[in-house]
Amino acid sequence: MAVEVRIPTILRNLTGNQKQVQGHGDTLEALFLDLETQYTGLRGRLVDDEGALRRFVNVYLNDEDVRFLGGLETALGDGDTVTILPAVAGG
Amino acid sequence: MIGRLAPVLTIDRATYDAIVAHARKDHPDEACGVVAGPAGSDRAARLIPMLNAARSPTFYEFDSGDLLRLYREMDDRDEEPVVVYHSHTATEAYPSRTDISYASEPNAHYVLVSTRDPDSVEFRSYRIVDATVTEEDVSVVETLPE
Repeated sequence: MAVEVRIPTILRNLTGNQKQVQGHGDTLEALFLDLETQYTGLRGRLVDDEGALRRFVNVYLNDEDVRFLGGLETALGDGDTVTILPAVAGG
Repeated sequence: MIGRLAPVLTIDRATYDAIVAHARKDHPDEACGVVAGPAGSDRAARLIPMLNAARSPTFYEFDSGDLLRLYREMDDRDEEPVVVYHSHTATEAYPSRTDISYASEPNAHYVLVSTRDPDSVEFRSYRIVDATVTEEDVSVVETLPE
């Protein structure tokens, strides 16, 4: 599955300054593993040491936050767009 | 690129007043929002007040759906967040530890407004890059320079 991935400003240092990259995977987990082979360090910014999606990173499949879908197990299809946005949050 | 490195936030009076009014209105909860501007311009042109999905006096977070719509809209208009603002309702207008750890817009001015004193305004601006906080001057102008 070829998927478009939109990269936020803060992570573009890991993607050669590209706003949008392509990856492959049947699930979000597989996509992130594939992206890691292309852009070292990216996965660690999205997934914590326990293998869960980081709390203050939002990942969307098309228009939907993947937390309301299947999290990292969310199935991807050809032509889908995955958008990564750091939460805007604080105390 | 020089503009965005300038160690000052230039903001027009109407936007400044609207941010303060938003913070006062949501007190004692924290208020939050963005001032968008053309990408690379460092021009705080378009105020977008956001809902604090946390509805908390000690925390703020943009709703996840609102966040996606906001960034899509800015992208379509070739804008970026020039200012990211929020209020502190019981403490000074200085970034907290959580503010620093979640700051993810290295090009933005982070504005903090404190509403702890009902009679005076604290409105301060910072850069937060790689967990380093640098305060900058705030220049309030009647209208933004072209």
